Parts: sequence; C-alpha cells; structure tokens
Amino acid sequence: MRNRLLTLIAFAFVMLGFSGAAHAADKVSNDKVASDKVKAVSSFSILGDMVKNVGGDRVEVTMLVGPNGDAHVFSPTPADAKMLAGADIFFVNGLGFEGWMERLENASGFTGALVVASGGVMPITMHEEEGHHHGVEAGDEQDHGTADHDEDEATDPHAWQNLYNGEIYVKNIRDGLIAVDPDGAETYEANAAKYLAAIEAQDKAVRAAVAKLPKARRKIITSHDAFGYFGNAYGLEIIAPEGVSTESEASAQDVAKIIRQIREEHIPAVFLENVTDRRLLDQIAAETGAKVGGTLYSDALSDEDGPAPTYLDMFRHNVGALTAALSS
Amino acid sequence: MIDNLVQPFIEFAFMRRALVGSLAISLTAPPIGVFLVLRRMSLMGDAMGHAILPGAAIGYLLAGLSLFAMSLGGFAAGLAVALAAGLVARSTVLREDASLAGFYLVSLALGVMLVSMRGSSVDLLHVLFGTVLALNDGALILIASIASVSLVTLALIYRPLVLECFDAQFLRSVSPLSSTTHLLFLVLVVLNLVAGFQALGTLMAVGIMLLPAVAARFWAEDVGGMIAVAVASAFGSSVTGLLVSYYVNVPTGPAVILACGAFYLLSMLVGVRGGVLWGLMPRKHLEA
Repeated sequence: MRNRLLTLIAFAFVMLGFSGAAHAADKVSNDKVASDKVKAVSSFSILGDMVKNVGGDRVEVTMLVGPNGDAHVFSPTPADAKMLAGADIFFVNGLGFEGWMERLENASGFTGALVVASGGVMPITMHEEEGHHHGVEAGDEQDHGTADHDEDEATDPHAWQNLYNGEIYVKNIRDGLIAVDPDGAETYEANAAKYLAAIEAQDKAVRAAVAKLPKARRKIITSHDAFGYFGNAYGLEIIAPEGVSTESEASAQDVAKIIRQIREEHIPAVFLENVTDRRLLDQIAAETGAKVGGTLYSDALSDEDGPAPTYLDMFRHNVGALTAALSS
Repeated sequence: MIDNLVQPFIEFAFMRRALVGSLAISLTAPPIGVFLVLRRMSLMGDAMGHAILPGAAIGYLLAGLSLFAMSLGGFAAGLAVALAAGLVARSTVLREDASLAGFYLVSLALGVMLVSMRGSSVDLLHVLFGTVLALNDGALILIASIASVSLVTLALIYRPLVLECFDAQFLRSVSPLSSTTHLLFLVLVVLNLVAGFQALGTLMAVGIMLLPAVAARFWAEDVGGMIAVAVASAFGSSVTGLLVSYYVNVPTGPAVILACGAFYLLSMLVGVRGGVLWGLMPRKHLEA
C-alpha cells in the first residue's frame, strides 16, 4: 500500500516535470531571436506569392498548401504546426477558406500576428438553389465580416479572383508586415506600391480581353465554383456542377442541368481546374461536344515551371485560355 | 410514370454509363460481401480504403498524378495488407479483425508519412477516388473486367470457399486447397475494392459490397440465396439512388448507399428469416 502510494506520488512529480519542460521549451522556441528575416507563413500558394512580392528580401515565406494543392481539403500535419509555431506572422485568406485554421493555431501554440488578407473585402454569398450560377448580376452586397458560414448561404471565399480584391489583399499584407517589422516600413511601402501598379495594369488587360469577346459567348463551365468573383467583376457567366468547395459531391441533377444548358445555349468550352478531378468535366465535355478549353488555375498556383507560378501569371494564363476558347 | 423512370437514362449518356457501372459493381461486389459477412470480416472494406494509401503515395512519388500508377500502387499495398493480415490470422493467436486492424493502421501511417515527405499537399485519395457520374471508358472497362474475373473465380472456388467459412479446420485436414482459396478470396476482395474506389469512390464501393450482403441475411438461409438477394437489392438500390439523385438533387453516391440502407432496415423488420416484426407477433403455444 505504501509502495503504491509512493509510486503514485513519484509519477505525479514526473508528470509535473514534463509539463514544466514542455512549457520551457515552448518559451524558448517562441523567443524571437533577432534573425535577419521576418518568418512568414501563408496558408496557400496564391497568398504566399503576394507576401513574397510585398516582403521582398526582408521576409522568408513558407506555404502550408503548396502549388497545385487543394486548400479546401487540406489536413495539417505536426510538421505544419511546428513550422507555424516558429513563425512571426501568419497570413490567411479568411471567408471560410481555411476550415482547419483555428485548430492548427491552437495546436501549434502560435503567438505571432495573424493577418486575414480578405479583411475589408465585400464577399459574395452562394445561392445553392440556383444551380451554382454566377452571372453578370451583382452578388449579395451585405458585408459579412468574418467568415460565418452557419447561415443558409455559404460565403464564397475565392475573393482573390477579382484583381480589385487582390489590391485589398496586398494592402492588408503590407500593413501586417509593417506592424511586425516597423524597420522595413519603407521597403514594404515601395514594394507594395510597385505591385499594386502591376495589379492595376493586369486588371485593365483582363477587362480589355473580355470586352473583345462576343457577348453571347461569355459563358464557361468549370468544375467547382471558384470563379464567382471573376465572373462578377469581369462579366463572365460561370456554371459549375460542384459547389463552392471541392469537398461537395455533384448530384445527377446538377450534371444533367449543366449538360442541358450547354446543349441549349451552345456554350463553347469547358474548363478543367488544377485542383479537382477532371473526369466529371471530361464526361460532360464528351457528352455535349463542348471543347475542353484547357486548365484554369483557381485555388492554387502551378509549379515554378508551370504556366501560372505567380498570382499575376495565373491571371494572364487564365484569361489567355478563356479568350482562346471563347473567341474562336 | 414509367416514362419518368426511364427518361433520364434516355436523355443523358452519363446516366446510362452510371447505370452500366452500377450493374457491373452490383454483380461483382455483393457476392464477395456475402462471404465477408459470413467470415466476420465486414469492416475490411473500410480498412482497405485507408490501407491503400502508401501504395498510392509511392505510385504518386514515382509517376506523378498518374491514375494508373496510383491504382496499381494502391492495389499492391491493399494486397500486402490483406495477405499479411490473413497470414497472421491463420498462424498466430490473433483473429482476422485484430490482425487486419494492426496492419491497416501501420499502412495508413506509412502512407501519411510518405505523402508528407514529398512536401506537396495534394490530397492523393481525393484525386484517386472517382464518382459514379464520371465513368469514362477506361473505368467502365476496368469494372466490367473485374466483374468477369471475380464471377469466374468465385464460381471456381465456390465450394472450398463456403466450406472455409463454416469449418476451416475440416477443410485444412481434407484438402490442400485451403490456403489457396483463402488467398484467392483476399485477392478478389482487394481487386474489387481498389477498382471500386477508383471508379466509384469509397462510399459506393464499400457500401455496395456490404450493405446488400448484410440485408440478404434476413431473406435467405443458404449462401446461393443470399448472393442472389444481395445482387438484386444492390442493383435495385443503384437504380433508385440514381433516380433520386436526379430528381431530388442530392449527391449520387450517398443516395445509392442510403437506398441500400433503407432496404437493410426494411429487411431487418420484415425479412422472412429473422425479421424482427415476425418475432413480435404472438404465436401459438405448443401443446401436447
């Protein structure tokens, strides 16, 4: 009896010792040792590219969901938690894009700055009954603030597909970096200004390209509804069998509606995406005779040697593919 | 009314393909499911869905996003797990369920590690698993061939297989075929599952294999009867699920499996052999 009691007490002390050590280790890893660069983590590749452009040499960026990755179904690993724990600043998209974000933050014990890049963006909501249609009509203009998808309508998180929102992202990134690293304020302001100018130029180019397309042909089919903001901003109608997230599964009625619509309206092209399974779209294209117009980059950039390694390249590639298929 | 039932299939090629694909899987998976249920290996389907990950990961590491490489790898990994589990169950104190649980978890962990090492976060299984609405020629041929192979193999090993379900020791004592039968059966299971995952997705593949078999238990006493009921109910549920998905606008895979589930509940209540409601009815007392 006495032995058991002693063992129990000893065990309790050992546990206290462990938790103390863990706590101490925690503190050490969180000390921001004066290193050269700001350690930034971005949730996905598009955001990562923007941070690189604003941060320049002063910032070291790592991405949780890399090129060609699907952030909708991403599942963080302990390695990710470890990487986040050592970071100074964490950039996320918000609007419900990263369902795993809170858990990862808690698990990693992250104490740095969190920047929601979409802060201040006017979100679009999805209206499920309309068969995932995003048209030239203006989306819902209510400001939903932070991601609250407990409502009937899901918020569309793909705000970066509108270059105007891209500018808001860049400004939020710039402000976030300045807050964490005030010494670099001048560099960040300069980089951001240059990048914003490039974005504006690209915006004009997109509008010019779309304006050249005949009005009746400004409709496309993609696998999931990632181009709502793009469609709204630049005047294209986007039709998709899957909803706003790749996690949802298509129903036979959705696919049938799309096929009927393609047949009736003679929609010329179907576009694959780099993050979803292409077979459903292939099936739709085969059945309707619509052309597979190439790959569009929606939620992730391509590899370094792919056609869309940066945010602006992504737009150039997407618009190129769209105009090529829709103008012929 | 008949018009409504048939019209979606007339109008759309993808519905016809889904029908053919469902028929193929309904012919091949339920008989195997019946044997799995009889041998108390019912949870194997689900475990397999996880066990194939390292094979798919190696296929991806070697050949990128090639469906063929990942399926082949997945099949190899699934086979390795199934065979290892079977071997352990036959030669150690562990039974089938424990040995399978051990191996599939190891396999899953290995797979997750391999995927993370590559650095990219492509959701492999998400890419590997298909949907019944998107059966291209390759997928249809795959399922149909596997159906043919499975049915022929099952016919060949039918008698030793049945005997093995009920009295494995006896079979071992009178025939050297025992191990071969067991092995062939495991190969069939993994083959059907991997092909099913690739063509139809996990839910439909595992669901069609097991739910009809489980429901068939309430309608027939002999193995042949169970297989017949299972196949019929699988196909019926597939058609129902497809039509419901079409008219009510719900995802197809879950609709099919819920249809199977509804039949299962119905069987449990009013099935001829052991339906619960029959047991509750008052019966005559036996009198001398």
